[in-house]
Amino acid sequence: MSKLTISADLCSACGSCVDACPFGALTLEGDVPEVSDQCTFCGACVDACPAEAITLERDQAADVADITSYHGVWVWVEQFRGQACSISWEMLGQGRKLADQLGVPLTACVLGHNVRGVAQEAIAYGADRAFLADDASLAAYRTDPYAAVLVRLVREHRPEVFLLGASARGRDLAGAVATDLRTGLTADCTGLDIDPETRLLRQTRPAFGGNIMATIICPNYRPQMATVRHRVFEVPPADTARQGQIVQVPAAMGEAAIASQVVDFVMEAGQVNLADAHIIVSGGRGVGGPEGYAPLQALADALGGALGASRAAVDAGWIPYAHQVGQTGRTVKPDLYIACGISGAIQHLAGMQTSKVIVAINKDPEAPIFNVATYGIVGDLFEIVPALTAEFKKRLGK
Amino acid sequence: MDFALSDEHLMVQKMVRDFAAREIAPTIKEHDRAQQFDRSILPKMAAQGILGICIPVRYGGAGMDYISLGLACEELEYVDTANRVIMSVHAGLNSLTLLQWGTEEQKQKYLVPQAMGDKIATYGLTEPAAGSDAVGIQSTARREGDHYVLNGEKMWISLADVADNFLVFAWTDMEKKRARDHTGITAFIVERGWPGLETGTIHGKLGVRAGNTGSISFSDVPVPAENVLGREGEGFYIAMSALDNGRFTVAWGAAGLIRACLDASVRYAKERKTFGVEIGRHQLVQQLIAFMQMKYDAAQLLCLRAAWLKNQGVRNTRETALAKWYATVGSFEAAADAVEVHGAYGYSDEYDVERFLRNSKGAVIYEGSQEIQQLMQAQYALGYRKDKPLRCELPAYDAAVWQEE
Amino acid sequence: MRAIVCIKQVPDTTEVKINPETNTLIREGVASIVNPFDTYAIEEALRLKEQHGGTVTVLSMGPAQAKEALKEAVAMGADEAVLLSDRAFAGSDTWATAYTLAQAIRRLGEFDVILCGKQAIDGDTGQVGPGIARQLQIPQLTYICRIQEFDPATKRVRVERLLEEGREVVTCTLPVLLTVVKDINQPRYPTFTGIRRATRMEIPTWGAAELATANADYLGLKGSPTQVVRIFNPPARGGTVTLFTADTPSDGAAQLAERLLADKVI
Repeated sequence: MSKLTISADLCSACGSCVDACPFGALTLEGDVPEVSDQCTFCGACVDACPAEAITLERDQAADVADITSYHGVWVWVEQFRGQACSISWEMLGQGRKLADQLGVPLTACVLGHNVRGVAQEAIAYGADRAFLADDASLAAYRTDPYAAVLVRLVREHRPEVFLLGASARGRDLAGAVATDLRTGLTADCTGLDIDPETRLLRQTRPAFGGNIMATIICPNYRPQMATVRHRVFEVPPADTARQGQIVQVPAAMGEAAIASQVVDFVMEAGQVNLADAHIIVSGGRGVGGPEGYAPLQALADALGGALGASRAAVDAGWIPYAHQVGQTGRTVKPDLYIACGISGAIQHLAGMQTSKVIVAINKDPEAPIFNVATYGIVGDLFEIVPALTAEFKKRLGK
Repeated sequence: MDFALSDEHLMVQKMVRDFAAREIAPTIKEHDRAQQFDRSILPKMAAQGILGICIPVRYGGAGMDYISLGLACEELEYVDTANRVIMSVHAGLNSLTLLQWGTEEQKQKYLVPQAMGDKIATYGLTEPAAGSDAVGIQSTARREGDHYVLNGEKMWISLADVADNFLVFAWTDMEKKRARDHTGITAFIVERGWPGLETGTIHGKLGVRAGNTGSISFSDVPVPAENVLGREGEGFYIAMSALDNGRFTVAWGAAGLIRACLDASVRYAKERKTFGVEIGRHQLVQQLIAFMQMKYDAAQLLCLRAAWLKNQGVRNTRETALAKWYATVGSFEAAADAVEVHGAYGYSDEYDVERFLRNSKGAVIYEGSQEIQQLMQAQYALGYRKDKPLRCELPAYDAAVWQEE
Repeated sequence: MRAIVCIKQVPDTTEVKINPETNTLIREGVASIVNPFDTYAIEEALRLKEQHGGTVTVLSMGPAQAKEALKEAVAMGADEAVLLSDRAFAGSDTWATAYTLAQAIRRLGEFDVILCGKQAIDGDTGQVGPGIARQLQIPQLTYICRIQEFDPATKRVRVERLLEEGREVVTCTLPVLLTVVKDINQPRYPTFTGIRRATRMEIPTWGAAELATANADYLGLKGSPTQVVRIFNPPARGGTVTLFTADTPSDGAAQLAERLLADKVI
């Protein structure tokens, strides 16, 4: 079993390890701290101990796969109704960088029906090769047939890294595939890079509602799998002259064996596509009620942007969940994020702090949002927002 | 002696806390500003069994004990006094009094629907010219054959416009009325809809603006003889024993209000910075918070003791009155200090503390003003006042009995 | 009808803060709660029980304290609860967690549906639900915002999934694993009867010994393909804010608009 040992000789009972543990697994009552079952062997205490009194022995995994035979970076290309989802191009962009760091090829996996064009686009966006599974049974996403194709492909071709976009479908698929392949999967990564010494994929992601960051590795299993949220990475430029190989592969499951059927799809009318918006006007507790969003919507309309909200406002029932930005809502990375009456709690910041420019409008000059904002105005949003709308209408000639 | 709350009590506390946070908190400020009572909370409280929390299951209640009643009141008032007031009049002053004094027929007819929340109940003792001087009430109920004819006016009645059932106190012996002999007062169960009964809202209250307070007028209202609660002439004793239960809910609620002031002040003291530090670091701010903490702990302990006595079936008039006095005065002081902690922001309704302050004063006055409370405690201490056994006592809590169907 | 609900007790991450002096998480005073998405799963199971009869079993893998979360589920109306707890499970990542839960579900026996919340608010991975489904070799449907039809007799379900583009309607056979989103229902509060039942209930704890079919190499840290190698604080966004102060809101707004246009953000 894995073990955390604290040397009584070296320990000075300073308690730094107790504070450093994000899981509350260490308590200090006597001379030496005690470790509880909450310990995840993350090693934060080892780093924190000034006396180097803590050692961590991680149990070696029982069946260590034949790591060295795994080669190549793969990306699943998601499509909906025959159109590629841009998140997949972001994956390819980052995948290209990782592949180049490793000196290996980049492969795209395209599944769907009548999606050869998507496979060609994948080449343009940087893939050296695209597997194309084109079959009626794959037209709409379903876990079983999609996972079956990918698992079979992985077992046959053995990539060392496999990336999927952290869309609803991507997370559904990644979780299934990683389980079948008995390999590691890290969700919602905000950073991916290759450790030059070990050639391992270092996967960085937020945890505890965004309060801390964790770096995760998958040393003993392959492929190293990760999902990444929309707009964490940039869409690379497309080069339609680029050459690559398209390899047609069959579906891996007959329709009769598939337990589910997609019977309908209701596009949400007026669906807020926060994820794609370049400008977002967002309102929080300061908005005060459902009617409070009217001036914000007016500003968003004037700017051609989308309307966002903090969790507090959504929980109070002032605005539907589709607008929620934050750790349990959407992550957004617009060029401009205007936060009105939003205090700037960590959970909200986790969803928008990588926005290019953040403007904060709040009555409270102490509100934490001002710590991350580029520009700010302290005042009543019900006076400032309409004034802004008027200004922009004037200057943008609307 | 075990001061810890049982797992069951902790779960009750959490349930009411979550209920109040989700069902009441989001819109309470709006209702307080509009001075409007949100009736929709009543069926929700009823569905959760809160309105009959300490009434036995066989009378339609939830079968919990008096500590549970107290915890529910604390959590409701933590969000706003108006919702604890519902418990005070409906559960405390009225339903528990029916449990204590009612005949089996009266319990079936009135207590069961009240415990289930199908009917809402309140308590009518106070009149425009008689509050502390309960014997100074003027309402009369003349016996005429198989019924009484009720005349008079009650004022400052919580849920006056909302209640279906009223526990009303009036003189049945006019000679004793003239002589101010309290043994001439009788208690009646009166229903809305009977001819001659009208209610009206009192507007412009300082606090509890999200609650309904009003007056009831009786104009030759016929009250059937079987609606006498207890016996003719027992009314005053019933009214006073009802206060043991009403004050109990007020005391617990006031403790919740102190806690609300404490939590708000601590939160603000850690957010607000002046002179380069969070104001919680300033000693005079710490002093304000220290006293709030002291008042909360002491109030809570007094309330728990009163609850324990009730659970034991031991007469607790003095202890409950003491808890009510201490907690309500404490909540008024804590609220004033909480406004202080918030500085100018405490003066604005953007924060909750000004509402806490406005709400807190009412409880200092009603259900036995602090002046009455002081006289009571002194009279107990000096031996001028002794509790005589009542003909009907509130039964000790027995889980098996309370929970049998 | 038998529904199994997998729940997790988590710290209330909305209340977790960083100590600015030591740059570490402040855990004191942070309540442990039932993962909010799991309460929607419990509620949905209870509704299925109300419609079709049967039982709801709640299962949680965690330390002994997680029994509180199970008791809350029972207080809401769940019929039985099991805690999975053992030193051998310590350090499990999502693969090992899903594996362990799946073994426990095997021991529980037949079921029509497994319900999970879409993700836990501490890990935020959303991987355990799909992991359980694959281990048990049953279909999975994630991000369910509505169960339109559920028929244990014909073993069919019809659900709506909340995806980025809109709502997808899917039919599937039973048994199935569903992960649910916030919009699906309004969870009920515990009832007094439920609270009494919950406090009196003895909730069994299963360890590795009770999971006879489990492969010890798949449990705990040993069974976890992923490892956390570093914990650190999120990078602070650099710089200080430029405040526009003006006498009137319209002046302030004009200055801000000027700057944003100059920055070519608009």
